[in-house]
Amino acid sequence: MSHHLTREQIAQRIAHEVEHGYCVNLGIGIPTLVANYIPAEKGVMLQSENGLLGMGPFPTKANVDPDLINAGKQTITTVAGASFFSSADSFAMIRGGHVDLTVLGAMQVDQFGSIANWMIPNKLVKGMGGAMDLVAGAQYVIVAMQQLDNKGQSKLVEKCTLPLTGKNCVHLIVTDMAVFDITDQGFVLKEWAPGFSVDEIKKATAAPVTVAKDAHEMRF
Amino acid sequence: MNKVCKNAFEALKGVQDGMTLLFGGFGLCGIPENSIMALRELGVKNLTCVSNNAGVDDFGLGLLLHTRQIKKMISSYVGENQTFEKQFLSGELEVDLTPQGTLAEKLRAGGAGIPAFYTPTGVGTKVAEGKEIKVFDGREYVLERAIKGDFAFVKAWRGDKFGNLIFRKAARNFNPMVATAGKITVAEVEELVEVGTLDPDQIHTPGIYIQRIFKGTNYQNRIENLTLTEG
Repeated sequence: MSHHLTREQIAQRIAHEVEHGYCVNLGIGIPTLVANYIPAEKGVMLQSENGLLGMGPFPTKANVDPDLINAGKQTITTVAGASFFSSADSFAMIRGGHVDLTVLGAMQVDQFGSIANWMIPNKLVKGMGGAMDLVAGAQYVIVAMQQLDNKGQSKLVEKCTLPLTGKNCVHLIVTDMAVFDITDQGFVLKEWAPGFSVDEIKKATAAPVTVAKDAHEMRF
Repeated sequence: MNKVCKNAFEALKGVQDGMTLLFGGFGLCGIPENSIMALRELGVKNLTCVSNNAGVDDFGLGLLLHTRQIKKMISSYVGENQTFEKQFLSGELEVDLTPQGTLAEKLRAGGAGIPAFYTPTGVGTKVAEGKEIKVFDGREYVLERAIKGDFAFVKAWRGDKFGNLIFRKAARNFNPMVATAGKITVAEVEELVEVGTLDPDQIHTPGIYIQRIFKGTNYQNRIENLTLTEG
């Protein structure tokens, strides 16, 4: 029987992409959960764009510090080796290509890696925060999202209809149904969630899908 | 020159309607609480405010939105403020949403005598519309203008009477760049010490950027999103 991955499972799958010694920036939502699945022995440093490299877990009640928050404005802690810096330094790291990997949510991603995740015209106004800088600057960009929106429409599309966050910048998409590489040929299906068929994945994708030679069911 | 003011009101002398004001802080962390409260009392209007966020409904710059003192906001993310969304959607409030790194660099450049710079951020998006695009080494970049303010407001942990500042943890954020980009920069500090007390090796913002400084009071240091480890 097929089942959609939970948010935790999407995060767990993305954690496999994180390599030893990486500096990683995780967005809000599912991306934040990725931290829970990165083994400590990988020595990964989490970057928070408000000015911290070396973000630790959430604090206990006794350790809460209003001056120590992450980019989602949540209270956090630091790990050994952490550093604080200004927003200009933070985005020098990001824009300058020093951040190895970023994981973000999205409303739409198109077949050539353009991403829309910050604005629905005449509706929701929140702003792009650091997302445009992250997709423009990080070495590797992963999108974590549901395959379908709440109306059942595919969020993987031929061309984004929503205002873009970045053009041709996403490398990998992990959804509750599948893992896609983005190549010059468009979406390439690498893995599918247990129980789904390739046809079902294709039907849930509003753009051509190439199936990788070594495509397989996801393993955890 | 004496930079020390006795309170926020004295430090605000000269702030007028229609000015461009810059604010340090990220969310509610490291915001110049005392200066914002005093601006509300002062009642100056038609302000252009440059700040990464717009506070929440009842704190931070949200206070100045409530009193309709702000004409235009330049920010990267305003998601936590319903007053903001309402005034924006009704057309009452002008908003220039700017990518966070571009905003930080605009302020840095403004304070550093750089009138504009090219960045890869926002190329191919609404942000780059109407702006010059130039190709360097095969990649497109968009030209962004620097920002300077009539007044700039920052909050630091410790400061001395010359205006040397030390920030604490993630409360540094936009404060160092904002400090450099104001014609008059007002620093409010939790602790104001004599010159010579702070270790020169530990200064984050040298006093040359600061024209006025005062010891703030009644800091709320409000937490926007208290999140604890379970168990």
